[in-house]
Amino acid sequence: MRNENPSTEADVDLTVQTEVVAIPAPEGRTEIIETDYEIGRDNIASSWKLEFDIHQVVFTVSALGVLAFTFLTMAFHEELEPAFIGLRGWLTGNLDWFFLLSGNIFVLLSLFLIFSPLGKVRLGGPEAEPSFSYVGWFSMLFAAGMGIGLMFYGVSEPMSHFDSAMGGISVGEDGVRTDWAPLGGAEGDVAEAARLGMAATIFHWGLHPWAIYAVVALALALFSYNKGLPLTLRSCFYPIFGERVWGWPGHIIDILAIFSTIFGLATSLGIGAQQSAAGLNFLFGLSTSNTILITLIIAITAVALVSVVAGLDAGVKRLSEINMALAAILLFFVIAFGPTMEIISGVFSNLIAYGEYLPALSMPFQREDANFASGWTAFYWAWWISWSPFVGMFIARVSRGRTVREFLIAVLIVPTILSVIWMTAMGGTAIDQLVNDGFTGVQDAALELKLFEMLAQLPLTGLTSLVGIILVIVFFVTSSDSGSLVIDAVAAGGKVNAPTPQRVFWTISEGLVAIALLLGGGLAASQAMAVSTGLPFTIVLLGACYAIVRGLLNEAR
Amino acid sequence: MWYKHIMLPIDLEHADRMGKAIETALALTVQFGAKLTIVGVTSELPGVSAHNPAEFEEKLSALAQRLGEGLPHGAQSKTYVAHDPTAQLDAILLDAVKDVEADLVVMASHIPNALNAIWPSHGGKMASHADISVFVVR
Repeated sequence: MRNENPSTEADVDLTVQTEVVAIPAPEGRTEIIETDYEIGRDNIASSWKLEFDIHQVVFTVSALGVLAFTFLTMAFHEELEPAFIGLRGWLTGNLDWFFLLSGNIFVLLSLFLIFSPLGKVRLGGPEAEPSFSYVGWFSMLFAAGMGIGLMFYGVSEPMSHFDSAMGGISVGEDGVRTDWAPLGGAEGDVAEAARLGMAATIFHWGLHPWAIYAVVALALALFSYNKGLPLTLRSCFYPIFGERVWGWPGHIIDILAIFSTIFGLATSLGIGAQQSAAGLNFLFGLSTSNTILITLIIAITAVALVSVVAGLDAGVKRLSEINMALAAILLFFVIAFGPTMEIISGVFSNLIAYGEYLPALSMPFQREDANFASGWTAFYWAWWISWSPFVGMFIARVSRGRTVREFLIAVLIVPTILSVIWMTAMGGTAIDQLVNDGFTGVQDAALELKLFEMLAQLPLTGLTSLVGIILVIVFFVTSSDSGSLVIDAVAAGGKVNAPTPQRVFWTISEGLVAIALLLGGGLAASQAMAVSTGLPFTIVLLGACYAIVRGLLNEAR
Repeated sequence: MWYKHIMLPIDLEHADRMGKAIETALALTVQFGAKLTIVGVTSELPGVSAHNPAEFEEKLSALAQRLGEGLPHGAQSKTYVAHDPTAQLDAILLDAVKDVEADLVVMASHIPNALNAIWPSHGGKMASHADISVFVVR
């Protein structure tokens, strides 16, 4: 035995790697960024009583900030609610041109990259192999990206735009339009109002939101897999800030990303619980008391917890696939038992209507339809952008081995077409019920009940509504679990192998913040705050666009 | 010979805490004239120990090279790439036992604490699930 005394230190030289100086390219030649930064440099770790490994500044400030902000909004929600809602209104009202213009830049860059030779670059190096199958990959990015919104807005948004377009234009005394119709509306023209309504809805759920996600995801995937930087939002700022990105400028970007993610998730969880409870009330006559709401939040959080502990493959991916299968069943059911032929032809005519109205709808300047452009479009853009750090980082994490072209087609084109089909089936059926059957149930129902009112007109209502409720809940779980993985990685300085208790901490925090805001009031205030982070992140995304092009130019094609 | 092939899971990130486990594995390898395979699990993303799986593999194999000096059969290395190392580590190591055809695992683990009732340590998990001998070094 070389070690006679077990208490002496082992004499093995543990300095791994001595001669290997240059970092080997991931798989094939890529341009590795030489940086002094080592992942985990600013982390504090413990393996004693409680295992943890966290970025000391980002984790501490985020965790304390979340705590402080939750208490403040609860304590002062009457003062803060109008302030934050005012801030959000001011941003989307006065800076609507900025959001719309940026949105267009993201779409144009993404489309350009699909067709340019830069699209040949492969994430992870020329010989990298895809991490996930198409089905698993696509299910995960779709479930994290929109899921839940499609459930509530699939029926309600086409209907809203149809209604306001039918109502036509009304101008106030000061010459400003007071109606909410998109563009010039279509007063009294049923067919045109339906077309415009569908085009406007698809506009909000089509190329633009997915381009927003694609820009963040592509920048992060490129800088992590090909250039060796950690998977946190700050990495895509390396070309701009250089080494300073590992200091405070980077800390702020990461902390902001955690803030918008956790409050975005917690407020959706709170609001979503209210909506699910309303659905349960409609279906089974359950009360919508706080007890039911809290039970729902706890149940969603518990399932998300099991999912994050089980991990990316056994948890998140599996749930996302179940989710997509359920959504597909619901979709095919509505197509089969709804106005089948109209839906099928509607998919094509709505796609054409989308193309036709796209230039006018995305015009950032001199809009006559101010209410629509700022109240709907700019609000949506700020909302998607505030979600983009989370969704983008998650998409990046599952996209290794894809070429840029393949990536953009999957993140931009396929979801857009699926949104067209979904909106046409859900919204089109509801509009058809109104126009052809004279059924006003959906039109009159509250937002969260519109889906169920529509399903009630089709056969097997009990079953489909139940699938609807389950889908709503599972969509929340798939957002919550992927969100927690992302927050954990950012708060650990980009490490994805941090100990399990940390992801448990973040998942439970989301649930607790949701419950606190729900009981103490402040859901509206913190949602407005989360959406307001859309402004700083728009600037972050514009920086990411620059970083993507610069980064891709140096890669092997 | 009791053991023909010893598997030693290596955490490159915390190599400083692995001295005792490495010493133990080396001693047993010499003792039984066994083969030694060191096993590492990495994610596809840049991490503390490497920027990418290729670099991780290179470092692990360099370590195997050094540990193998003076061993009867030298030492091999084997890298496994995981989507989510935190969640998949135990399952991957259990598969690796079959994969490398080991008949003894030597691995480092920390001293059990109250929390391990909820989250068992990786060493503890291996010992209770593997069908071969596991030497947990504390």
